[in-house]
Amino acid sequence: MSIWPELELVLPEVSKPARYIGGEGGMVEPEHHPSKVAWLLAYPDTYEIGLPNQGLQILYEILNERDDAVAERAYAPWVDMEAEMRAAGLPLFSVDTHRRAGDFDVLAFNLSAELVYTNLLNCIDLAGIPVRAEQRADGDLLIGAGGHCTYNPEPLADFVDFFVLGDGEEVVSEINAAISDWKRAGKRSRQSVLRALAAVEGVYVPSLYDVVYDGPALVSITPRFADVPAVVEKRTVADLAAWPYPKRQLVPLTEVVHDRLNVEVFRGCTRGCRFCQAGMITRPVRERPAEQVRTMVADGLARSGYDEVALTSLSTADFSGITEVVSATMDCGAGEVSVSLPSLRVDAFTVGLAAQIQRARRTGLTFAPEAGSWRMRQVINKLIDERDLYGAVESAFSQGWRRMKLYFLTGLPTETDVDTLAIGELARNCVELGRAHTKNPSVTVSLGGFVPKPFTPFQWFGQNTVSELQRKIFLLRDDIKRNRGVQMKWHDPKASLVEGIASRGDRRIGRVIEEVWRQGGTFQEWSEHFDYDRWTQAMDRHGLSVDWYVHRHRTEDEVLPWDHISAGLHKDFLWQDWRDALNEVGLEDCRWTPCYDCGACTGYSIEHIVASAVPPAGGSQGTGQVPTGYQPPRAVEVQLSGVGERASS
Amino acid sequence: MNPNQAPRTRIRLRYSKAGRIRFTSHRDVARIWERSLRRTGLPVAQTEGFSPRAKLHFGLALATGYESEAEYLDVDFKCADVAVPDVLDALVSVLPDGIAATGGSVLLPGAMSLQQAVTICDWDIELIDVTADDLAEWVDRVRGAATIVITRERKGQQITDDLAPQIRALEVGESTSRGVRLLATLGTQPRAARPSELLTVFEPQYRPVLIQRTRQWIEQDGARLEPLMVGAAPAQHTPVGVQ
Repeated sequence: MSIWPELELVLPEVSKPARYIGGEGGMVEPEHHPSKVAWLLAYPDTYEIGLPNQGLQILYEILNERDDAVAERAYAPWVDMEAEMRAAGLPLFSVDTHRRAGDFDVLAFNLSAELVYTNLLNCIDLAGIPVRAEQRADGDLLIGAGGHCTYNPEPLADFVDFFVLGDGEEVVSEINAAISDWKRAGKRSRQSVLRALAAVEGVYVPSLYDVVYDGPALVSITPRFADVPAVVEKRTVADLAAWPYPKRQLVPLTEVVHDRLNVEVFRGCTRGCRFCQAGMITRPVRERPAEQVRTMVADGLARSGYDEVALTSLSTADFSGITEVVSATMDCGAGEVSVSLPSLRVDAFTVGLAAQIQRARRTGLTFAPEAGSWRMRQVINKLIDERDLYGAVESAFSQGWRRMKLYFLTGLPTETDVDTLAIGELARNCVELGRAHTKNPSVTVSLGGFVPKPFTPFQWFGQNTVSELQRKIFLLRDDIKRNRGVQMKWHDPKASLVEGIASRGDRRIGRVIEEVWRQGGTFQEWSEHFDYDRWTQAMDRHGLSVDWYVHRHRTEDEVLPWDHISAGLHKDFLWQDWRDALNEVGLEDCRWTPCYDCGACTGYSIEHIVASAVPPAGGSQGTGQVPTGYQPPRAVEVQLSGVGERASS
Repeated sequence: MNPNQAPRTRIRLRYSKAGRIRFTSHRDVARIWERSLRRTGLPVAQTEGFSPRAKLHFGLALATGYESEAEYLDVDFKCADVAVPDVLDALVSVLPDGIAATGGSVLLPGAMSLQQAVTICDWDIELIDVTADDLAEWVDRVRGAATIVITRERKGQQITDDLAPQIRALEVGESTSRGVRLLATLGTQPRAARPSELLTVFEPQYRPVLIQRTRQWIEQDGARLEPLMVGAAPAQHTPVGVQ
């Protein structure tokens, strides 16, 4: 039943109480029934961050459309609310009908970032059940998790009953069936439902596997029963057109991030950027038919009252027929609708698109070259040549933009100070190009420390140390300082280190996560709550080496903690791509070129769904089409003030 | 045509805010109105410039967590023949649960803004952990005080104000299942006195569970007028839903 009467007394005491009230447009107040599996879908971060999550909203709709399921939502309470809840004895609750978490059968988390892992433990604890899976009673809530982070589930293996890999649209119904059987049988045996879940393709039940170590090294992760799969394959929806969700995107009563209509135009990306986990694990490319995009935009705007729509994907300018879809969208709502295109390529075509959607206000434009030198961009396979980049920048300034934001990574494999300083040179050149068009051109360099991720060619690379990342950041900062028009922002390297611990950690890292949580370390992705020392001290206390987990280069024969998980990608394909990276060899986008059998399509008998047989006009980026006669630019002449790290080879 | 000379209609709407939506902020409510009006498809006038916004003019902000039976906003429409009943009808299906438009009137050009025009508000404050007798004693003390100096933070500076002249009426209301009601009429000019400020002037400080604005008034020549009646165009534009 609803705990609203109690919550009502607490809410006046907390900041942003609208986080906890629900009531969004599109919200469902489902009717619970013993014959229906009750899901509490949770996002382990604040409401503002979690509400827009499309994955969670899609599952919310699909489950509530079923006769045998109901779904509600929960978000991590902010620290002031948590304190009030604990003082008043209130548990984690749903925002839809304000039911206690304990009134549900499943508590399922979306995991998009490693730094929220302690929040996941906190939510389980607030739900009123043991955080460790082994201590749960037969009828306790089942704890599930899906999302990109589950491609290395091991750091959370002790706390989560089942993980789901890949697209959730189809598998969620199969999971529901397994849980429904368990519920009908009176939830008598937790083992039986775990075994049933393990039989669902795409579901990993960590408690059914034995882990063997040899000193610090991982030897094997193997199933304890013959009917439990040795390797768990991800799930992939073959055709996005069959899943036009969310149909009723939630419209929150209070402001959230990405507060606009979001329509996913395609899933997957084969640009092949080697640092990008999303691009590797979501293959192949599956475009939504342009007609369906238009319908979803028109219906969504009419329903929601939003005047902004984002056409989302990992690289929206690559969508076949993007120009037509953008035009059609602009014509919705009598020209009062604005369109945003996140994740854009860097080329003049893209700027043309941006000009089309920003007819009136042209303040800022964001590009992500990711690396400063051509050599470095070959290593990471982000093949933007200088002419594309400067062409895009020139085009943007000439069409009225005055500010540009450029995203870069530092701490990449083989990176030297020449590469780092090339970022400064590139930013200066952009400002110079701008001076021809505007009095005060501004370029902001945003620098993030690179964290290697599972199922990428860089999964074998030893992450740069905090001091090395800090040195590179300051090297660039000092280089840029004197230049008018160039600003710089950077990500805390200590946060990158903690992300690195969880990103490639094994099951032993769970103890560290638990200890940091027990000491009150929630909301670690929020700088005001992030506590680096807690993490490093917890690693020490459990005899785990940060160097071993984070900074060490892995070898080809090493057993990786996610070797029993499959994203379709062949390990030897990734290893070859890693060797190619070190040899500065680029790889073409297979969407428009012959297949090189990475495994993502062939393993699951699926294919790209791409309307256009040729790459979009206007650039070389990622297509491998380096223009003939293109001369890589000379290295920037600089004095080296330190020695860059090189990957072992 | 110069947009300033285009035919315009300004409509004053009254709405209520109750239930869980009371925990949204004034700013949240403004955004809810923008989206809701867009969904009606009514010809709401837009601001000029780089990012056009609907021309909405809100009255006194309602504190987050308070309910109200009498909130107001003025909406500009970009044509001359917008009828209040049509606007109210169109809003029924688009406003979220807890917000309902309960009346409206067409304003004459030059009508004073809500912020300037409203002079007093009636409040219904439900207090817990208090008896009616204790509250009556507290009310007597407040009413008997010649001056009630309070400290407010305004633009980062501590300033002192006398709350006494702003307390226009104060009495104990009926008892509820949770406690007792306190009924207050508080002035809004030049700065609105808040119920939360009133509750801190004398010990003990009683805890409110629900604060509701029940009426807003414009005082003119000694009379109290509902804001829908002030500046409203006569005859064919009879105010709808006047209390």
